[in-house]
Amino acid sequence: MSTTLLRDEFDNPLLREYFLDGAFDEMFGPDGAIRPHYEALLHVLTNLPREELKRRKQSADVSFLMQGITFTVYGREEGTERIFPYDLIPRLVTGEDWERIELGLTQRITALNLFLHDVYHEGKILAQGIIPREIVYSCQHFRRQMRGLQVPRNVYVAVAGTDLLRLRSGEFVVLEDNLRVPSGVSYMLTNRRIMKRTLPHLFRSYGVRPIEHYTQALLSTLRSIAPEGRAEPTIVLLTPGVYNSAYFEHTYLARQMGIELVEGRDLVIHDNVVYMRTTAGLKRVDVIYRRVDDDFIDPLAFRTDSILGAAGLFNAYRAGNVTLANAFGTGVADDKALYAYVPAIIRYYLNEDPILNNVETYLMTEKSQRQHTLENLDKLVVKAVGESGGYGMLIGPHSSKADREEFRRRIEAHPRNYIAQPTLDFSRSPCLQEDGSIEPRHVDLRPYILFGDKVTIVPGGLTRVALRKGSLVVNSSQGGGSKDTWVLS
Amino acid sequence: MLFHWEELLLSRVADSLYWTSRYLERAEHTVRMVDINLGLMLDKSQVSVERRWQRVLAALGTPRDLEWKDDVYSLVYTLCFDGSQPGSVTSCIFAARENARQIREQISSEQWQRLNRLFHEISRLRPPSPSDTQLSEFLPCLIDGVHLFQGVTDTTLSHGEGWQFLQVGRFLERASATAKLLDIYHRDVFSQGEDSVDAYEYLEWIGLLRTCTAFEAYCKVYTADLTYERIVEFLLLDPEFPHSIRYSIDRLHQSLEAIRNEGRGMHAAELMRVSGKLKASLGYAQIAEILAADPGRYMRRILEQCRQIHDLIYEVYIQYSVQTALAM
Repeated sequence: MSTTLLRDEFDNPLLREYFLDGAFDEMFGPDGAIRPHYEALLHVLTNLPREELKRRKQSADVSFLMQGITFTVYGREEGTERIFPYDLIPRLVTGEDWERIELGLTQRITALNLFLHDVYHEGKILAQGIIPREIVYSCQHFRRQMRGLQVPRNVYVAVAGTDLLRLRSGEFVVLEDNLRVPSGVSYMLTNRRIMKRTLPHLFRSYGVRPIEHYTQALLSTLRSIAPEGRAEPTIVLLTPGVYNSAYFEHTYLARQMGIELVEGRDLVIHDNVVYMRTTAGLKRVDVIYRRVDDDFIDPLAFRTDSILGAAGLFNAYRAGNVTLANAFGTGVADDKALYAYVPAIIRYYLNEDPILNNVETYLMTEKSQRQHTLENLDKLVVKAVGESGGYGMLIGPHSSKADREEFRRRIEAHPRNYIAQPTLDFSRSPCLQEDGSIEPRHVDLRPYILFGDKVTIVPGGLTRVALRKGSLVVNSSQGGGSKDTWVLS
Repeated sequence: MLFHWEELLLSRVADSLYWTSRYLERAEHTVRMVDINLGLMLDKSQVSVERRWQRVLAALGTPRDLEWKDDVYSLVYTLCFDGSQPGSVTSCIFAARENARQIREQISSEQWQRLNRLFHEISRLRPPSPSDTQLSEFLPCLIDGVHLFQGVTDTTLSHGEGWQFLQVGRFLERASATAKLLDIYHRDVFSQGEDSVDAYEYLEWIGLLRTCTAFEAYCKVYTADLTYERIVEFLLLDPEFPHSIRYSIDRLHQSLEAIRNEGRGMHAAELMRVSGKLKASLGYAQIAEILAADPGRYMRRILEQCRQIHDLIYEVYIQYSVQTALAM
């Protein structure tokens, strides 16, 4: 791996460990010259006394801890709550880049909603052979129960979080669509609050586009998909409860929207109508923003051992008496194998070329692609289609021979369960280190897309960081963190 | 006129609010009890160390698995910091926080942060070992923590139905704890009968008043002249002192009325009758009458009625049957 020294900045002591190689660097061009929009940021960081930045970081840490913006470390005694790791150097996105992202995501969510409607109705795209039936019907998230069911405004996915990567060329591509219960948006919002407090002058000087209206937009999206005839719908957020790792987010969103946060045990279904138990008796519920997976939401319709859902909810939904966001069965559209067909889906329904490209993906169900993958396991990333959070993954270049043999065996046994992608050299962004210096780390970007009577994407998203040097995994369960994302106007 | 959304309170949330404040009240009471008795122990006394701490344990409802083992500091340490002991201060604060955590979006950020801070203080900053000087510095901080929580509760949370449930939990716990305390003291201290107060007994009575933060308030009403009758009258029947049983029951009843007015048509009649009866009986009681009869029994009757009120709150607002609710 060749490493370039920084041309103008290499005598800056903050950057003595900074390195460039083939990957796109968010702050420096390939020749080592700083990108213009990062100049002011680097200038401020360089001139801030090192102790001062550290002090601000500590005060932000305490603030996170005291506000309880934490996730629980399981299996230990009380008091083992950790704050979500975050980095104080914002990731900057130019207005021009953002415009393209916004257009691309809007196009993608529109096509995917049309696809879901089609798959659960006539299935034209399957009949015409554009997508093999097996891919759809063998998906574990395909819900036969949804066939022929009319959902309000044909909105299946009301809330999506799409993971983007930036390639060597600087192009943003889609790594995966999260169309079931995407999380992390509260970190986007709290990161912003912390940054405004930590670097207020810098923030102001950058003219960053605001994101604070997210919760309001979410509320109006949910309102727009209420069952017909419910003019003043009662909206609730359904959480699996306090032991869920995203519980903080559920409480945060409910509070910011001013809606009730309910658990399954708060809901009562009678005559296909959903009620919640209040101190003033039963109160009808019209829209449920559910943060509980399909499998657990109704023990009568899905997993019978679930205690997180409410018995009879699915029938109330089928009867059209309540809207769920997202709908059931949206997971068929974010299946990792189906992902390979999303460009075709966009062309089919919208008659347009995709604005944001996919990452090249090999399907293990296709003989030639499987062959290619098995021959190049040491260079590729293999992912289990049913897993998320960075689990069930083989990163070829970082793998041992035994790992590769294990995956070879698994792929050959269950080809439908795996896909492969090239090991991506995705972009790096400057991050603050323990000692106060700055080093580049790999980042992705997850913007949040709201789809109701209109599409809303707040400018920014969650930039996730692989905080460990050399790591490519950004998931918080695996040593990842996050940073604020500033979309410039 | 201001436009008001119809305010709702989930039964589960009401339950958590109620327990959050009950547990905090219990934590505060336990800390104060321990702190004051640690102080009293230093003076020469006719009360043996063992008898004193047996009395403390009895007043706290005789926690399970907790016995006097001839070591004050390890007992105190367990009472305060043993997370595996359900009645310990640590467990109470932990339980209060767990309840609050489940309703985070219902309480103000200030409340949550204050309670969270208290939790981190007791789990991280507590003295590493049982020692008197560290304890006497640390325990008052915990009381401050609970007071601060009550302060931000009153100034940052709307005084709607949720706030009323916090009040209910707090005052029901307070009335029960004070009744229990008076029952135990009646048996253990006052039953010796004599009217004259010697210096040793004087200390015990100050201790009782201070356990209810009542010493200064008492002096304002009756001067520092302590008599059995006046102390019981003050802690039981004073209409204005916030730790007296009468005051607590008045506030409890007031909050239950406010909740009843929110909950259109819930079947609260029996609940209101029981709490109203208790309120009225305290309002019209005379101390001479109570003392002439059986004061211990009187206190236990109050405890019994508090338990009944608790059960009725559950029946009406929290665990009502769906059939009842649909029939409304």
